[in-house]
This record gives sequence, structure tokens and C-alpha cells, in this order.
Amino acid sequence: MSPRPGTRGAVADGIRRIVALGRAEALLLRRNAVALLVALTTPAATMFMITSSSESGAVEGFDAAASAVTGLAAIALLAAVYYNLVTALVARREELVLKRLRAGEASDSEIVIGTALPAVAVAWAQIVLGSVAAYALFGTAAPVNVLPALAAVVLGTAVFVLLAALSTVVTRSVEMAQVTTMPVLIVPLALCGLFFPLDDLPGPLEQVARMLPLTPVVDLMRLGLTGTTTDGRTVELAGSFGEAAGPVLVLVAWVALGGWAARRWFQWEPRR
Amino acid sequence: MDETRVDQAVVDEAGVITVDNLWRRYGGSGAGGFDAVRGAGFSVRRGELFALLGTNGAGKTSTLEVLEGLASPTRGRVRVLGHDPRRARRLVRPRIGIMLQGGGFPSGLTVAETLRTWAGTLSSPRPVTEALDLVGLRGRAGVYLRQLSGGELRRLDLAAAILGRPEVLFLDEPTTGLDPESRRATWRLVRGLLESGTTVLLTTHYLEEAETLADRLAIMHRGRIVRSGTPAEVAASQPSRISFALPADLREPVPDLPGTLAGAARPAANGGTVLTTSDLQQTLSALLEWANRRGVRLHHLNARSASLEEAFLAVAEEADRSGGGVSSDGVSDDTVSGDAAMGVAA
Repeated sequence: MSPRPGTRGAVADGIRRIVALGRAEALLLRRNAVALLVALTTPAATMFMITSSSESGAVEGFDAAASAVTGLAAIALLAAVYYNLVTALVARREELVLKRLRAGEASDSEIVIGTALPAVAVAWAQIVLGSVAAYALFGTAAPVNVLPALAAVVLGTAVFVLLAALSTVVTRSVEMAQVTTMPVLIVPLALCGLFFPLDDLPGPLEQVARMLPLTPVVDLMRLGLTGTTTDGRTVELAGSFGEAAGPVLVLVAWVALGGWAARRWFQWEPRR
Repeated sequence: MDETRVDQAVVDEAGVITVDNLWRRYGGSGAGGFDAVRGAGFSVRRGELFALLGTNGAGKTSTLEVLEGLASPTRGRVRVLGHDPRRARRLVRPRIGIMLQGGGFPSGLTVAETLRTWAGTLSSPRPVTEALDLVGLRGRAGVYLRQLSGGELRRLDLAAAILGRPEVLFLDEPTTGLDPESRRATWRLVRGLLESGTTVLLTTHYLEEAETLADRLAIMHRGRIVRSGTPAEVAASQPSRISFALPADLREPVPDLPGTLAGAARPAANGGTVLTTSDLQQTLSALLEWANRRGVRLHHLNARSASLEEAFLAVAEEADRSGGGVSSDGVSDDTVSGDAAMGVAA
């Protein structure tokens, strides 16, 4: 019955709690056929669509593997992470699961991360497997620098987990999630540069598009995989680090803003 | 580290749980706001069971949520094991167990999966099978929660609350929805926990539950503690009652009897008479003596000592009459209606 010290092994304790919550969430995902289908098939289907589209080929510079992986990462963050997590968090909130968890030892962020764990695992597995398949099937040149691509996936995941947490604020039921997720699913995707070059947009709109959360993800993927910069130049490994700073900064700003907003507005219980 | 250390002896002296002038307001300070808890104060000693009784909306759960660290007080101070339960959540949570009013486990998991998950979030959990045995759900380990009865879900809630071997256990209406047999099984479990030194704070609607389990209790009404003490003390705050019906042809009133309270006799609903007294034996003897002497037959004669139930009902009645303005400093004497008629009902 001795009270445990708060510092020693605190990180390990946190990870243990996150894994416990994540395992339960994974069981629930496995038992939810619709959610599983959306999470597993949407990225694969979209990847196929993107690689077979000549427009996106023009944007990507005809590197089919890079093009496929970039599209896959964007869609995995939206479908597997964002949409999946909005429905999961709303379902748990309405079932009073979040309230219950808050009465336990897990911290607020551990609860959200634990709930997000299976969605993130599915997304990352898709990106990894998709990348291996894409480069094996039609890879031409090896990636210029994997670090910007990794930063895109990791920071992008953090941003879309936080956006999912924020979307639950206006989502009163799981069914409503189909409507409330539309803005985040459509606007950043349409204006991320995956379907047409952002230079085509009028100046102010282009600036806005570059500030949206998915655009820096796409920019960093391209930079890492093909060395293509935001303004269309091509750089080698050495030059790629400096070019990554801008998009990374935009993502970090989204994480900071999203974290602040989620802390402020996230609801742990259903509104009555 | 030393700042967060709280001397055990000091805690035991002051109480494992202390609540001091607690206020909790919903909906802001404007006119739309509502004070759910209005200056509640009590303390719970180590190893005892303290019951919070009250009507719906009395403020029991609102009080409990502050103690559990789930909500902040609007005013006042609470301490659990010597700490602020919200600020020192990391220190307090591993040592307490919380049973909320219900819900909160995903319906798509089995009983065993649910407890295994919960155990994974705890510092020093019991084995899951031990917890299942304690609440009698061993045979339902593989069943999905959506297939459990309300009573079984309640017992699962209890299993989760005791899974971390808590020093202090909060039970919010633990037996609501249970059949009588399960209720008694829960009582046995709670008694066992008390014997092993656990401190329990419980809310309940069932007066029998409080009477059976509680070392001390408090009755809450409209956000205030209006009575507190041992179950016997709180019951004794109410007068005893004698009720009977007089023959219809009797033209003579019952005389003033010793021990009856001022304005004590009043007509009962069935046309009989109710006497309230602070000394049941004395008043009853005098009544029977008068009846024998006069040859009066008392129908439906019934004499009852004060009970917790009467104390509870009187609190609600009296507070409603006076607009909730019951003094918070415990027992008051004039709990009997002042407009009662003297003598015998016609």
C-alpha cells in the first residue's frame, strides 16, 4: 500500500497506461466493421486513384512512387487518423467512457493518445507498407532525404489528432460526425497541392492554402522523396534541410494552436 | 518532494477527507447560475464509512465530484489524504477508488477485457479474477457489456473502483438497480473492505443501507448539510410517534400527556390521532393509563421510536416549508409542525 513516487518511472507508467487504453480501443476498432473498412480501404483506394491521374502526375513530376506515397500519407492522416478518431472520441464521450477514464490514474493527454493509438498505428502501417509497395513496383529514384518525410508524418499525425479532438466539440453524436468532419476532410485536401499546383491560385488564396494543415505535409513529403521545393526547384540532400524549415514551422504552429484550443474546449462528458 | 509529503498523523487527526465550507456553482455567477452545494462541511475519519444522504438534487454527487478531483470548488476547501484532490491528482488518484453513478465502459468489450484495461491504468491493481470473484462476476467474464443487466453493470463498476486496492473509496449510489440479494452481497463486500482498513464515503437513497453500513452520516438538502452524526444520533433528533384512532362517539379530548411536544397531537390522514413525544415510554404509559381509566378503546394503536427515515422525511418537509433555510449546524428541536391541532381530531 505504499504510495508510489511520482517521478521514477513516470514516463514508463504513462506509456503503460497509453498502451492499455490503446489495446482496448484496438479491440473496439476490430469489432466495428464500418470503421475498420473506412480506415483500411480509403487510403489504398485513393492511392490508386492518385497514381492513375495524369493531373497529379504533372504536379508530382511523374515520379509515380513518390506521388503515390505522398497521396497515401495525406489520405491516411485524414481518413485513418482524423475521421476515425473523431468517431471514436465522440462514441467514448457519449458512452461516458472519457468521464470514467478521467476518474482514474491516466492523465488527460494519455487518454486522448491511448484512444488515438490504433488509428495512428493503422495509418502509419499503411504509409510504411504503401511506401514499400510503391517503391518496389514503380520506384525510380531513391528518396532524397527521409527526414522531412518522417517529420511530415509525425507532425501531421499530431495535428490531425488535435483537429479530431477539436471536431468532437461540435459533434454531438457519432452519426453527426459524417457532417462535422466535412470541412477538415475537404478544404485542406482540396488546397494541399495534391490535385493542382498552388501557384495557380490567386496570391492571397495561395498564401491561405500554404497555411492549411495538409499543405506542409504534402510539401515535406515531396521535398523528402523527390527533393522538390515548395516553389518548384529541385534540391539535393544538403539543401533539403533549409527548405524543410518553413513547412515544419507551419505544422508546429498548428500543433501549438491545436493543443491550446483542445485543452480549452474539449468536452469530456456529453452535453445534457 | 517534501512539500508533497503529508504527515500521516496529521491527516488522521483532521480526517482522511475534510470538507470545509464547500460551495459549487454551475453556470457562472449571473442570475442563470445555480449553487448546487452551499457551504457544506464534514470530515471522514480513517477506516470509517461515512454516508451522504439526500433527496435528488441535494448536492451529493456535486460534492463527491469535488472530492474525487473531477471538479473544482467554487469556494471552500477540500482535502483528501491531506492533499488537494485536483491539484495533487497524481498523488491522490493512485490511493483512491471511484465508483461513479454509472456508465462509462464501452459496450463492445467483455467484462474481463474491461477490467484488464482498467487494471492497465492502475499503479498496483489486484488480479482481475480476484476482483471478479469479489463482486460475483467470475462466471460472466467473457460476456459483452451490452449483454449485462443493470445490476451486473453496477457490480462491474464496483469491481473497477476496488481494483486498485484504494485506501479511500468513493461510492456514488453503489446499489441502485441491484436486486436485494446483490445489494446484500455488496454490503458484505463493503464491510470486508472496512475491516481491512479502507475508508469509504458513500451516497445512497436507501436509508436502510446507510443505517446498516454507516459509522456516521450526513443528510444533505439543497446543497447544505442539515443533519449529521451517527445513524442513532440523527434518528434521535426526531420525536417518537404514537398513533391511534378514538371511538367515533367519544366526545372527550385526549388530555395533555407528559413528554408530548408542544402542539404535538395532530389529526392523521385516516381520521386518527398522531402524538409526537420526546419520551415514548412516559407518554405511552400515560396514554394507556388514561384510556384504561376511561374505558376508551384505542384502535390501530401504534408506537414507534424515531427512525432515520423519519429524520430524513422531516428534513425534506421542514426545509420545503421554510424555503430551504435550515440551519446547517445540526440538530434542531422544533422539527414538528407548528400548525398541528391540539387534542383530538373530530
